[in-house]
Amino acid sequence: MRVAVLGMGSVGRGVVSVIAEKGLGLTVTGLADSKSGLIEPEGIDLAAALEQKKTTGCCGDQAISAMEIVERGEYDVLVEVTPTDIKSGEPGLTAIRMALSMGKHVVTSNKGPLALRFRELMDLAGEHGVQLRYEATVCGAIPIIQTLQHGLAGNTVQAVYGIMNGTCNYILTRMADEGLTYEQALDEAREMGYAEADPTFDVKGIDTALKLVILANTIWKNGATLADVDCTGIDLLTVEALSLAGRKNSTIRLIGEVVPEKGLLRVSPRILPKKHPLVVRDNLNAVTVVTDLAGAVTEVGKGAGSVETASAVIGDLLFIRDCHVEGH
Amino acid sequence: MQVSMKIEVKDAPGQLVGALQPISEVGGNIMAVIHEWDPTLRPKTRIVQVVLEITDERLDDLIEILKARGVSILGIGEERLLMKRSVIMIGHIMHTDLSDTVGSIDQTGYAEVVEMHVTMPGINQRSSALLTISATNEENMERAMEGLRSVAREKDLLMVETMEEAA
Repeated sequence: MRVAVLGMGSVGRGVVSVIAEKGLGLTVTGLADSKSGLIEPEGIDLAAALEQKKTTGCCGDQAISAMEIVERGEYDVLVEVTPTDIKSGEPGLTAIRMALSMGKHVVTSNKGPLALRFRELMDLAGEHGVQLRYEATVCGAIPIIQTLQHGLAGNTVQAVYGIMNGTCNYILTRMADEGLTYEQALDEAREMGYAEADPTFDVKGIDTALKLVILANTIWKNGATLADVDCTGIDLLTVEALSLAGRKNSTIRLIGEVVPEKGLLRVSPRILPKKHPLVVRDNLNAVTVVTDLAGAVTEVGKGAGSVETASAVIGDLLFIRDCHVEGH
Repeated sequence: MQVSMKIEVKDAPGQLVGALQPISEVGGNIMAVIHEWDPTLRPKTRIVQVVLEITDERLDDLIEILKARGVSILGIGEERLLMKRSVIMIGHIMHTDLSDTVGSIDQTGYAEVVEMHVTMPGINQRSSALLTISATNEENMERAMEGLRSVAREKDLLMVETMEEAA
């Protein structure tokens, strides 16, 4: 199966490395970063492209743009792993629209386009008889979308709640364990590479809120958007608050919840007993799906990281290969 | 407040209704009536436990009326608050009148703050307080929480609640 990859950040490099190492019957025929691109219908030399990216900052020819690859490239599936922009969804949104309109399957890790235009993009995929898959947008390596769409098919989902941001979880773990202040824990998370220079997106709960919107749309196709989420982050928590929770043998975690019965889409710091299945450590994610038939199912795993997120992208690619691309 | 009252009534038609009627007359709300069957009791009498909601002031009136009607009150006590839930408030807790915050729960009559720990790291820094609230039942707990949420919004306090599934 032929694949075009847009984006050579952490996730893109992870995906390309896995394909280069494992093969998996996938041939990369198009590859682009923000400044350059490569089109090779017979298959790109991925090791060389990765090396070039490392040494020059560009993976290919500066005369070839990402959109050219989408339009002219020879591929079955577009892997769109460019950075998230929550206001416009661009540049991913245009690339995804274009590929779907051309009857190409799309796999993305980009939350912006899905949180902004879920219905439109799904309808577009439906009209052209192709798949739009986005496992990597929610909880990294945890196969939560696959679980909801297929593993728990036939169940009525009553609620989904969980820890969906590893940066916040790392900060809260360190505050509780070591008595660090919020600022100290945040600095440490930056040093470890878990937090961005501007951590607003994570610590204000916006990242978790985007994931909730995507989950809500996956389950109920209800057209929810970011504006529907009642969102409180962790940036106002104190180390004393965590220590007070400790007196009750509990701790505090940033929890995202979707409860359709109550019309609830909420991100907020919550008190949980230390033994609660959702209380995971460091930068792990954990998510519980409550259903009528299966009861509560909890999945725990790494929510971010180059290879871990690549795992979700690769999973989607192979799903499309096995179920939707004839003669792969 | 919620009160549990143990009364003795004659085992005859209309006696129980006669004993319960004054409760509504004084504006009380009957929440549960539990018959206790005790073979050692005097023949022809029954012991009934009544759980009711009533204001402090009207409770004395009720006792008077019942006595006047010949109903024996065997015991009376405040009903135990059955549910507990903890919340953490963060912000300028003292500067925004802590006793008013606690009072907003205590004044409900169906919930009260039964435990509190406050940590104040510095005079101009935000404080953190752990409040444990008791309520008579789940519905009243939710009402109390809603009241506290609105106080927190008003006073710009961050209120960290327990996960409902883990409450």
